[in-house]
Amino acid sequence: MGFKFHWTWSRVILLLIMAVGAIATFLRYSQGLGASTNLSDSYPWGLWIAFDVLCGVALAAGGFTAAATVYIFNLKKYHAIVRPAVLTGFIGYFLVAVGLLYDLGRPWFIWHPIIMWQHHSVMFEVAWCVMLYLTVLFLEFCPVIFERFRLEGALRVIHACTIPLVIMGIILSTLHQSSLGSLFLIVPGKLYPLWYSPFLPVFFFTSAVAVGLAMIVVESTLSSLAFKRGLETPLLADLTKALPFILVFYFVIKIADLAARGSLSLLFNGSYESISFLAELAIGVIVPASILSFRNLRQQTVWQFLSCLMVVCGVVLNRINVCLIGMSRSAGQGYVPAWTEFSITLALVSFGVMAYIWITENFPVFEDHGDKAGA
Amino acid sequence: MELTRLGFLKLVGFATSCLAFGGSVWANSDQGGKTNFVTKPKGMLMDLTQCIGCKNCQAACQKQNQLQGGAYAEELSSNAWTVVKTVEVEKGSEKVKRFVRSQCFHCLEPACASACPVKALHKTPEGPVVYDAWKCIGCRYCMVACPFGIPKYEWEKTAPLVTKCLFCSSRLKEGQQPACAAACPTKATLFGNRDELLVEAERRINNNPNKYVNYIYGLKEGGGTSFLFLSDVPFKDLGFPTNIPNTPLPDYTWEVMSKIPGIIAGGGILLTSTYLLTHKNEGESKKKIEGKGA
Repeated sequence: MGFKFHWTWSRVILLLIMAVGAIATFLRYSQGLGASTNLSDSYPWGLWIAFDVLCGVALAAGGFTAAATVYIFNLKKYHAIVRPAVLTGFIGYFLVAVGLLYDLGRPWFIWHPIIMWQHHSVMFEVAWCVMLYLTVLFLEFCPVIFERFRLEGALRVIHACTIPLVIMGIILSTLHQSSLGSLFLIVPGKLYPLWYSPFLPVFFFTSAVAVGLAMIVVESTLSSLAFKRGLETPLLADLTKALPFILVFYFVIKIADLAARGSLSLLFNGSYESISFLAELAIGVIVPASILSFRNLRQQTVWQFLSCLMVVCGVVLNRINVCLIGMSRSAGQGYVPAWTEFSITLALVSFGVMAYIWITENFPVFEDHGDKAGA
Repeated sequence: MELTRLGFLKLVGFATSCLAFGGSVWANSDQGGKTNFVTKPKGMLMDLTQCIGCKNCQAACQKQNQLQGGAYAEELSSNAWTVVKTVEVEKGSEKVKRFVRSQCFHCLEPACASACPVKALHKTPEGPVVYDAWKCIGCRYCMVACPFGIPKYEWEKTAPLVTKCLFCSSRLKEGQQPACAAACPTKATLFGNRDELLVEAERRINNNPNKYVNYIYGLKEGGGTSFLFLSDVPFKDLGFPTNIPNTPLPDYTWEVMSKIPGIIAGGGILLTSTYLLTHKNEGESKKKIEGKGA
């Protein structure tokens, strides 16, 4: 029953990144946000909100997309992807919560939204969704823990709860992925009109579904290389069949929205915003959607992986655009994160990777570990 | 004995209730008058043509709120809740200097208050948008949400708070005018009931149409603000944000937030029925097991 951990060079590097992050953590809490970061009154939100929170939540979207695919739409052949996706989701949301502990000015009051309610606030909804969904993800992952420790009774109870938990998880994700877009509905005068739209929540949700699928592919490919398991390329090729549809839908509503608001001319005005917007659409939507439309490309591990990686990069760029680049004109100045901000972000990602490695090596996450139970 | 005691008790009871009733009517009338005085939303009228840039208001704000080092600041910060900026603008063919006061506008429907997840910021009926520091978690969404860029953060502290002009709400409660208005030697900052100040602002523009630009800043911005501004040069040239919609900003997020119960109910029904549909043809035994859960 003992736990194992293998030391490799890449794991040593991850640990070193975390060690540097520990120094940055000390600076953050001992000196305050002003001295340890490049955040300012012009940029109250920086890298931690843009990447750790907005991207962290989006990239954790694999959990609910996989659960919906398998449990709600009953596509059983994808069963093998659920556990890794739920685990990534859980680690992702856990890191979002930890990231918030860094970013909040008074993190010891992070629990205040539980008793102090402001139901008009999108941030209030985000807080509640993170809390609830983190709990749901943990419960969704519980069968893995119970199997590991052979807790048959607990396993039966949790299996009975599977479907309600999945439905709750999907609703919470829908609310919460979209509400990260809704956060910016209140800044019509500040956010550059290429991104400001009453449909921000719809865009955030749609791109989250796309990136959820893309992350499953990226992660499965990387983990099968790392753990030298067989590649699941044919299965993943089937899964990515859905991606072009979602991406084209996303593209159409984005352009239709620009047209409806009369902002199409901004697309090619040569400003840094237009370049960043076009980059986001090209990298994250147009190119990967084109590649994945071809069946023979979709079935090749390299193209499959690269196009999904592009979707991931596109969504990351989109969140950074909305949170930072689109806000820079109204802020009147630029913002480059301090080394401490980068360091803590990198450390959190490294911690996530390490946690994923350790859990998959010690718990029955992948099916070839011998998955006896139904979930 | 028994009867008289009862009679006495009745008498006392009657007298007490009379006193209580009368007292409450009196107290209410008094309170009514007082509430009327307090709840009639207050505002300020800043006539920039009358500002001489003496910064007395800025110094008074520093003293009132025990701030340090911001008496001559040109930009708002956690140490300067109001500042008087000197702006050079072109008026016709000549360059002129104008002094622009900047501080919280105390929106009628404040974006910051609707953004705050823990209700640390709220609009009082008297007008001020106030801050309960002990609730604040430091998410800084209020700073992002404010269309005027007013709330500032104590970045240098390890337990920082959001800071901004509080419209001297404690002075208002005592029936006093805000420290800055009291300190203004030219009445460029005028305190009063917002509706009356609005009439005054219109009167000034109508009496001097050649002097003032025909615009009251704060009348409609973001649904209107408690602070109103008059100027003889366009507000855009003075650095006022001119792209703020007239719709109250909280409406933009409420549009979506109000749909949440519907999304939960609709999503639950949709997902459950999808689940039942896709699992219709499952074997009887499996149905039983999963049926328990659903």
